[in-house]
Amino acid sequence: MIEVEDVHKSFGDNHVLKGISTVFEKGKTNLIIGQSGSGKTVFLKCLLGLFEPDEGQICYNGQYYSELSNSERRDLRQEMGMVFQGSALFDSMTVEGNVMFPLDMFTKQSKSEMQDRVDFVLKRVNLVDAHKRYPSEISGGMQKRVAIARAIVMNPKYLFCDEPNSGLDPKTAILIDNLIHEITQEYDITTIINTHDMNSVMEIGEKIIFLKNGYKEWEGTNKEIFKTDNEAVTDFVYSSELFKKVRQMYIEERN
Amino acid sequence: MKVKCPTIFLFLSPQAHIEHMKHLEAIGKYFIMVWEVFKKPTKWPIMKSLILKEIDELIYGSMGIIIFISFFIGGVVTIQTALNLNSPLLPKSLIGFATRQSVILEFAPTFTSIIMAGKVGSYITSSIGTMRVTEQIDALEVMGVNSLNYLVFPKIIATMMYPFAVAISMFVGILGGWIAAVFGGYAPSGEFIKGLQLDFDSFHVTYAFIKSVVFAFVIATVPSYHGFYMKGGALEVGKASTTSFVWTSVVIIITNYILTQLLLG
Repeated sequence: MIEVEDVHKSFGDNHVLKGISTVFEKGKTNLIIGQSGSGKTVFLKCLLGLFEPDEGQICYNGQYYSELSNSERRDLRQEMGMVFQGSALFDSMTVEGNVMFPLDMFTKQSKSEMQDRVDFVLKRVNLVDAHKRYPSEISGGMQKRVAIARAIVMNPKYLFCDEPNSGLDPKTAILIDNLIHEITQEYDITTIINTHDMNSVMEIGEKIIFLKNGYKEWEGTNKEIFKTDNEAVTDFVYSSELFKKVRQMYIEERN
Repeated sequence: MKVKCPTIFLFLSPQAHIEHMKHLEAIGKYFIMVWEVFKKPTKWPIMKSLILKEIDELIYGSMGIIIFISFFIGGVVTIQTALNLNSPLLPKSLIGFATRQSVILEFAPTFTSIIMAGKVGSYITSSIGTMRVTEQIDALEVMGVNSLNYLVFPKIIATMMYPFAVAISMFVGILGGWIAAVFGGYAPSGEFIKGLQLDFDSFHVTYAFIKSVVFAFVIATVPSYHGFYMKGGALEVGKASTTSFVWTSVVIIITNYILTQLLLG
């Protein structure tokens, strides 16, 4: 569980996060949504420990990040997995090398133990025949799967995803969303996804936080987002004609 | 607290003042980066393979161009010296002497370093810059890896092999000079070799190796700095490579002057 208490972050005169408080629960898929420039990425980087908040606290399972020593912070980092927007796979390494990298770096496992673990996670993300291929030789969807495999190989407690299905076709995007959701429940991870994708919101958003101009404008579930009267949220979520019609149908059905 | 402005800055326009402050900031950031490189080391088995890979790419992969350039530079120095020694009173052995001094003192360590700043430096900047653009460096940081140690330290250690390349450059440069002198008819072989042995001071070789170690450090760290702290996309990677070549060359030239004054002055 991650508890965020009144987090502020500025860059010079630009006040990006203006007092965000929320709780991300364990075993749930938490989504951060909002327009470009609303502070989603800065918030995610604060949660990852890449940016330190100017004010406020972030608490990971009872441990306040600001109170941790450097070595404790490093240990905490090893409990985090991250799936980057562009996958961020190391292009000098094969798929297998990428997934094995955190094990090689931080564990004292034997080569065969590491190989078993790599085989297991690659199988879990439905990649069984790409071990020896390089990132440039596989598709965007496969790269995302490798990134997920690399993120979960160390059995993380927290999984962060920055727009995991951007640049993917709708079918692959849903597959990736479902994979992240399944992994979250299977391993009881606290997952936080930064997304623009309304399909993800509807499909897997067990908790949704809507950011606007650095403030937390709204929070709720994917079921509650249909019912909300918050104008900023409805403007954002139902910006496409398709979703407007879906909402209209829902309101008509309710009446 | 009010900070007193150094007198030199009072004569600068506000724009020039900002530019100077940016350069000072960059210099400070560079030294902080160098300090960070040596903190929280990567596991030795991983580091060892990274170092071997970098030696292969940065040193072994540059040997061809170093040998090619050194051979012809040695030849050109010999021809230029021979053409400028018109007086019959000057012995032909001076051609060998001048070639040896030029190649050992300057051409092998300094000229080769400028070439390396272009070849190796732009490779380092573009490879680290691409990792920055594609968030691979962020991925390392998130995992808790000291990305500067992981990326820059193996390059520093690999470039410490650079004096071996300089030694080969010296040998090939003098060989090129000998071939140009003998086969170009500028000096007989015996005279050229006599010149090579004339007043030989072994400290000159030591001086060249000391310079090459310092230049190697500059070639590994200045381009790494430009790659690591770059912002933007693919276009900026190209710009960072060009800027890194310019600054690496400037630092090599200035360091060359300082070291020459300190060691030979």
